Amino acid sequence: MSIEVRNLVKKFDDRVVINDISFKVADGEVLAIVGFSGSGKSTVLKLICGLIPFDNGEVITSEGDIAMVFQYSALFDSLNVFDNISFALRERKDLRKKYTKQQIKENVLQKLQLVGLQGIENKFPSELSGGMQKRVSFARAIVTKPNTILYDEPTAGLDPMSSTLIEDYIVRLKHEINAASIVVTHQMSTITRTADRVIMLYDGKIVFEGTPMQLLKQDNPYTKQFVTASLDGPMKMQA
Amino acid sequence: MITLGKYLRQSATYKLFSQFMISFGDFLDTLGKIAQMGFHMTKGIFKDGISKTELIAQCDRFGVSSLPITLSIVGMTSIIVASQVAHEMVKQGGGNFVGLLMTILIVREVGAIMSGFAITSMIGSSLASELATMRVTEQIDAIEVLGVDSIWHLFIPRVLSGIIMMPFVVILASVIGVLLGAVTSDMFAGLTYRAYFDSAWLGLYMKDLWVCLLKAAVFGGTISLISCTCGYFASGGAKGVGIATTKAVVWSFIAIVVWDMVFAVLFFF
Repeated sequence: MSIEVRNLVKKFDDRVVINDISFKVADGEVLAIVGFSGSGKSTVLKLICGLIPFDNGEVITSEGDIAMVFQYSALFDSLNVFDNISFALRERKDLRKKYTKQQIKENVLQKLQLVGLQGIENKFPSELSGGMQKRVSFARAIVTKPNTILYDEPTAGLDPMSSTLIEDYIVRLKHEINAASIVVTHQMSTITRTADRVIMLYDGKIVFEGTPMQLLKQDNPYTKQFVTASLDGPMKMQA
Repeated sequence: MITLGKYLRQSATYKLFSQFMISFGDFLDTLGKIAQMGFHMTKGIFKDGISKTELIAQCDRFGVSSLPITLSIVGMTSIIVASQVAHEMVKQGGGNFVGLLMTILIVREVGAIMSGFAITSMIGSSLASELATMRVTEQIDAIEVLGVDSIWHLFIPRVLSGIIMMPFVVILASVIGVLLGAVTSDMFAGLTYRAYFDSAWLGLYMKDLWVCLLKAAVFGGTISLISCTCGYFASGGAKGVGIATTKAVVWSFIAIVVWDMVFAVLFFF
């Protein structure tokens, strides 16, 4: 089991944003976390990778790295593509002396090839389109060969073709590195094309867990409201 | 019927007091964060070493790119002081002491403090806004997720570059200041260069020089540490970047004056 989340609770001041949620993701599996904005999806990712501390519960991950692809790519804008991708290999304490310059170069070029972006290693993030930035952030995330990858809204703000390309990379990475993946999204195409299982969050709780097909069946009032994008239903939008 | 409690809560004094308490709380919070970052950073130097490439890049930024503005500010301040002092002193028969007065003033105070203000405005604000932007665009989160200690990566080269480069900047600025003092004294009060430089060395001791260097190093480290801390803990988008930058500049200015007072009391009282 690559990731197991048990009874996770997170409060901001007195407001409970994640309320006792538990789930597991196996190696080579993609779990989609869906829900309306403000339902706590991105918070779950930040809790898993340790960016914010949780108040209660447990996050159990198997040995190895956790990588994250951020919603707005979060590329280092003062570094070029090569330095962005090689950052962890050059700066991380346990990797700093492990790779030679030549090995780092080969590694970076291989990752760029994997995401279909050869020849852009000297460009800066500001010179790239949103889709290309996202792919560079994919390359940066996988350079340390992680066994868990977290995607925060990987297709948000992209055109349909770029979204499809990104979705294909998620599936391809799943097969190539057999990582456990969690994709936070509210785009139906990303769910159906990439996910093996789906959980839906509302008000910090899991209100649905099943396959993408079960989500589309709309057997549950929550999934029905989500899939039909209706304002009527058990989920109320925050004013 | 209005109760006493409600009346008090609506009063201007209460609001002023509340505002003061919030500001005081914020002051203590920032002070705590600066101390925490300083401690974490020092621990990181001994534990994980220093990234030399990054240190060289930051030294270049701190020392070289700030030179034109720093030298201009210290130089102009020296011209202003010399133009006011030299004429009066020559008139009162103290022309032989203009060089001495200018040198002591520049080496002990003007060189370090004006360089500190110039560096704060240029480098401190840039460090704070850089780190604040990295925070609000999740770049610092990305550093952490990639397994790199963000404080080690961001703070150590920046703060060390301040400690290393500031003494060089202050020495250069002081030399320029003393030289421009001589030129101004000649132009405004007809004081010869020989008279100026003969007295310039009279009141200057080794203690003045090493205190000046030590003070410069402390100023440099303080400006960088405060600016990095304010930027690192920024939140809330573009507005947050602005707040962090303002806070870094204000705090650095205050810290420079406080340190200067400490040095004056410790070494020259």
